Amino acid sequence: MKKWELKNQRDAFGEALVELGEQRSDIVVASADLSCSVKTGVFAEHFPERHFNFGIAEQNMISACAGFAAAGKTAFASTFAIFVTGRVYDQIRQSVAYPKLDVKIVATHAGITVGGDGATHQMIEDLALMRVLPNMTVIVPADAPETKRAVMAAAEYKGPVYIRLGRANIPVCTDIPECQDFEIGKASIMREGADITLVGTGIMVAKCLEAAEDLKKHKIDAKVINMSTIKPMDEKTLIKAARETGGMVTAEEHNVMVGMGSAVAMTLVENFHVPMKRVGIRDSFGESGTSDELMEKYGLTVDHIVDAAHDVMKRRGR
Amino acid sequence: MLEEMASKVRRHIIEMIYGAGSGHPGGSLSATDVLVALYFMEMNHRSEDPKWEDRDRFVLSKGHAAPTLYACLAESGYFPVDELKTIRKIGSRLQGHPDMRKTPGVEASTGSEGQGLSMGIGMALAAKLDRKKYRTYVMLGDGENNCGQIWEAAMSASQFKIDNLVAIIDRNKLQLDGPTEKIMSLEPLGDKWKAFGWNVIEIEGHNFREILAAFKKAKETKGHPSVIIANTIKGKGVSFMEGAVGFHGKSPSKDEYEKAMKELGGD
Ligand SMILES: Cc1ncc(C[n+]2csc(CCOP(=O)(O)OP(=O)(O)O)c2C)c(N)n1
Ligand SMILES: [Mg+2]
Repeated sequence: MKKWELKNQRDAFGEALVELGEQRSDIVVASADLSCSVKTGVFAEHFPERHFNFGIAEQNMISACAGFAAAGKTAFASTFAIFVTGRVYDQIRQSVAYPKLDVKIVATHAGITVGGDGATHQMIEDLALMRVLPNMTVIVPADAPETKRAVMAAAEYKGPVYIRLGRANIPVCTDIPECQDFEIGKASIMREGADITLVGTGIMVAKCLEAAEDLKKHKIDAKVINMSTIKPMDEKTLIKAARETGGMVTAEEHNVMVGMGSAVAMTLVENFHVPMKRVGIRDSFGESGTSDELMEKYGLTVDHIVDAAHDVMKRRGR
Repeated sequence: MLEEMASKVRRHIIEMIYGAGSGHPGGSLSATDVLVALYFMEMNHRSEDPKWEDRDRFVLSKGHAAPTLYACLAESGYFPVDELKTIRKIGSRLQGHPDMRKTPGVEASTGSEGQGLSMGIGMALAAKLDRKKYRTYVMLGDGENNCGQIWEAAMSASQFKIDNLVAIIDRNKLQLDGPTEKIMSLEPLGDKWKAFGWNVIEIEGHNFREILAAFKKAKETKGHPSVIIANTIKGKGVSFMEGAVGFHGKSPSKDEYEKAMKELGGD
């Protein structure tokens, strides 16, 4: 398999913001004392009059963005995932989602790969919080180039969007034709396969592709889907894959109780039921450690996906 | 004596953050003298009995200064000093931000700014309900004063006349993105707290005489909570970290580490 280049999703976000700022004068950007880390600072350098740093006051930031949107702007609010979801849940619910305002929430440093800062900073329940909100669109780009495409698409779309990004430099795996036309609500098939489907989101997409390579050695031909939009979910692609392959594994850097995998499971149960296994964090908080150590300890490695696939195959008597 | 301990704590801070490869040196160093005064002079506490009912409580609301707290706890005997080097490592009791379930002596799990003062209010009110004499101390960042919850807490503490509660603001004039007065201006900070019904004491936060005198003044104040605005220098004690916003959340390089240790009297 080709060696992937590593790139940062936050840099791609900053780049996209600057492009948007140049194209559209109605774009405003809000930060909460983390503008350097989340790269809204790059936008601030280009368009200081359209960037607002609210300080460590995320609730104020979110509702102010609702106000911007109500007054005709497209507002981007960005800070760490931990501070821009749970802490401001009511502000998002009441002042953004309910009135369906044009606010884009871009969360960085999501997931356990945050590392050393520990559980207080490792947001692993944001997909659950955001996906239960009516009117909310939820996107988890798989790498840096897809981040840029997703941010541009979100700006184009009218209404609330949540975009989840990570901290680390991650493999660029979407540089393939199948992923070039990013469309909200459309999953992309990254690899064809007949025996089982691996559905990944975010950093787990690249791991699914690696797992598929590994499974090939065991004569298992795995299809890989990049589920970059969690909501609305691409049910058509999912159901088709379930029909064609007869088994499914999902992988996400999130609490497995209520993330992407559970959304996939619900779709399948109601439409076309196949043996399935979900890879993710088993309903526990994280802790301090290196990203790699944590991915291993909390069950998020390529091996975990491969094992889950074998398990599904066994249940199908193969 | 306190000065010596403060130097020792500062060396621990640098070693911990350098060893972990990440952490927050600036706000850990600015908070050091206040924490040393609390743990080695002011507070009643027993390292051999961390859950002693009558102990004074300390809440590090600005949880990113965890290294300072851990160093004070270790030097007080809550756990071996040698354990400090496990900070931020997988499986360690010393998490990147304070964890009250994992670390003996840690009174509150913090790290998301803005919540510690409210926890302190609960502890202080519980002391009153239980007719206990213990006092509760909460350390806040100055940037943390941006948080709305701080002002909700401030209002309620004076409403409930919580005079067994002391908030200390580490007024180092920097937050993450830059100077506090540039990002989200706080001044006149003392007047704001006064307007919320607090007894405001302003001091030089690296001067032990002033710190201890402020604790005493707070104790003598009845019917109102007290807030100590401790004017400090972010990165205090390491020349190239002092006032440097870049060292808010960055570990020193090898050269910087060696230079810092030398400046702090390490060998
Ligand atoms: C609610 C929340 N938002 C953002 C952060 C990220 N963050 C960590 S420290 C910090 C700046 C803190 O500034 P200050 O309170 O002045 O701390 P100090 O200068 O003492 O380090 C920020 C924004 C956080 N921990 N909590
Ligand atoms: Mg500060």
